[in-house]
Amino acid sequence: MTEQEERTEQVETKENAGWEPKLIGFLCNWCSYAGADLAGSSRLKYPPNMRVVRVPCSGRVNPQFVMKAFERGFDGVLVAGCHPGDCHYSKGNYYTRRRLMLFKEFLEFMGIEPERFKFDWVSAAEGQKFAEVVGELTESVKRAGPFEGVCKR
Amino acid sequence: MARVGVFICWCGSNIAKTVDVEKVAEAAAALPGVAYSTNYKYMCSEPGQNLVKQAIAEHKLSSIVVASCSPRLHEPTFRRCISEAGLNPFMLEMANIREHCSWVHDDNDAATKKAIDLVAMAVAKVAKNEPLSSQAIPITKKALVIGGGVSGIQTALDIADAGYKVTLVERTPSIGGRMAQYDKTFPTLDCAACILTPKMVDAASNPNIEILSYSEVENVSGFVGNFDVTIRKRARSVDMSKCTGCGACYEKCPKKVSSEFDCGLGQRKAIYVPFPQAVPNVPVIDREVCRWFAEGKCKVCEKICPTGAIDYSQEDEVITEQFGAIVAATGFDTWDPQEYGNLGYGKYPDVITSLQFERLFNASGPTDGKLLRPSDNQPPKNVVFISCIGSRDDEHGYPYCSKVCCMYNAKHALLLKEKVSDAQAYVFYMDIRANGKGYEEFVRRAMEKYGAVYLRGRVSRIIQEGDKLIVRGADTLAGKPVEIEADMVVLAAAMKPQPDAKEMARKLGISTDEYNWFSEAHPKLRPVEVLTAGVYLAGVCQYPKDIPDSVAQASGAASKVIGLFSKPNLESEPTVAEVNETTCAGCLLCKEICPFSAIEPKLLTDRAGNPVKTVASVNQGLCHGCGTCVAGCRSASVQLKGFKDDQLLAEVDALAFME
Repeated sequence: MTEQEERTEQVETKENAGWEPKLIGFLCNWCSYAGADLAGSSRLKYPPNMRVVRVPCSGRVNPQFVMKAFERGFDGVLVAGCHPGDCHYSKGNYYTRRRLMLFKEFLEFMGIEPERFKFDWVSAAEGQKFAEVVGELTESVKRAGPFEGVCKR
Repeated sequence: MARVGVFICWCGSNIAKTVDVEKVAEAAAALPGVAYSTNYKYMCSEPGQNLVKQAIAEHKLSSIVVASCSPRLHEPTFRRCISEAGLNPFMLEMANIREHCSWVHDDNDAATKKAIDLVAMAVAKVAKNEPLSSQAIPITKKALVIGGGVSGIQTALDIADAGYKVTLVERTPSIGGRMAQYDKTFPTLDCAACILTPKMVDAASNPNIEILSYSEVENVSGFVGNFDVTIRKRARSVDMSKCTGCGACYEKCPKKVSSEFDCGLGQRKAIYVPFPQAVPNVPVIDREVCRWFAEGKCKVCEKICPTGAIDYSQEDEVITEQFGAIVAATGFDTWDPQEYGNLGYGKYPDVITSLQFERLFNASGPTDGKLLRPSDNQPPKNVVFISCIGSRDDEHGYPYCSKVCCMYNAKHALLLKEKVSDAQAYVFYMDIRANGKGYEEFVRRAMEKYGAVYLRGRVSRIIQEGDKLIVRGADTLAGKPVEIEADMVVLAAAMKPQPDAKEMARKLGISTDEYNWFSEAHPKLRPVEVLTAGVYLAGVCQYPKDIPDSVAQASGAASKVIGLFSKPNLESEPTVAEVNETTCAGCLLCKEICPFSAIEPKLLTDRAGNPVKTVASVNQGLCHGCGTCVAGCRSASVQLKGFKDDQLLAEVDALAFME
């Protein structure tokens, strides 16, 4: 049994009934935050687990924020910005892409399951996609179970 | 210590139906730093705003959290509100408990819990907010209009009439654009040249307008109020100050090539003006085909020119100028019907596009206005018009409606009958879209008075038999196949974005949709602006439009520019990056990262003037406040005002280990 399977096993057998993952999302103001607004005004439904931090650009998101979020007891983190080529600041999200691609590898190296972290592109017109992204992340973090990696409660 | 006031909005029942607002207000009151907390039915209403103002005075609040709709909607409202109560407008945070909470969740308990969390985050952040103020930035009161079609001309004229300078850049040798190619315009059948050329002349003679034809915008930097634009003035090979426009050069020029203006139906010379009413009326030499440039001999034009205006040694001139605002009016291209192999376009000479048909009609066109078909120069009798060529076609072309084709098909059908009295027009259509002033009546007229036969259905195949084109299609209303022996077939090719639209959009900081049409800032409420401040849209570069819509949008864009220029100064966004010079090590990684080249090195000296170290320095006018440099700084020496690390992390911390 791999370590991962073992952990999943534990999670399933643990008294997790009623446990809901705590997620935090860093959304860029121009596309993804607006996409989340659109999901709202379209009355789409998605799980209530995510709390949103509004940033001007996904390029503002220091990968350390993601680490901090895990450190502070969040179970999963989303970073979302404009699609490549559509950045309000023309190329902020290119930096995000590079930083976070690298950071994702680093997370795994640190022993944090990659399924707890997602970065994606959500445009201001993609309310549906935003709802799906939150749904997917909630599901995958649920499967991974409560985060106990970096800090001790 | 901050004294935070929290105001929970019900938004009628929009929030209150799902979120227990009383409970949220109670929970907020218990949060650290909160001095006052309340809820109200409509916080954005005047009584709601007064509630906030009174509370600020009564409870000596220093910072405000409004939990309501998205800050993208009402942040400006509440910033204004608290500044009227004497607080700095940036001492406000909004918790989005409507779009991000009550509207997307059904479970009241979960939604209430989430709303409390969102308020807690906002309270934690606002406690770290600092008063921010904007700077006054001077505006260069001169506009750049890119594209010299009817939209660009109208924009330039309107801005110039308001008393501001305008530079109109056009990449072809003359302004006029697509409209100059048309013969008559629907639904009034005004001759296009008769209404356009006076505007062209007005633009040329207006002292506030500078026309740079045969020129292209190469690079744009800077920001609203102060754009630096590099323009390449291509070598005309004709000295504009000497040329009188007599036309002797292009009469004698021995080299003929196919004319772009006539859509390949006519010919032009190597030295040419695209059409007789060109503005400026100064020819250019097409160096790719000119004998002198290709073979090193000829020089006929130089010999014949009475004023010695021909200058083969002219070179491209690259100029950089400052503009306060930019209007993109770059127009459109048409879809190439060769992609529909079954229609025989490009194979049969008498299958042409509507734009070519327009040139055949035009008195200054290749046939001098006589309607003659290209293959044998005979007037056609039966003409078939086919709509939706490349539009409303997901598979081969574009899914969108090209919007103007139904109307010009009706116009062509009608004019055909006027030019050739025994002619018969057949129009294959999918739906007739005639939703403009006088449009429906116009289509009816073409059908009823001019006997155009409208067939609802698609054409499956066109084949040539002798000198006839056999058009096979379906009449879906009659439910049977149709076969028409036609002399000529006219294809209503869809409008599509210019081939270099994406590149132009990138230069100007405009986002584009999936087809490369330029995206407006808001589809309903900001139709002429784009998300980059100071850049506006006019005409078809945004989406297919007819002439009245293009002109209306052009005047709209012009009024936006005039509005911008009427202010003495611009107020800069105060949420910009700043450098902590004490900790900055001067690695200047931020300078490399900055998308706006807003960061420069700065030498710090001691009191004696000796250099101490180099640090990064942010040009507040150029900084757009994206914060990419902040996340890149190795020593956290750059911070973004309003979104500092400690502010954002306070939001994360606010929920640390909360259940």
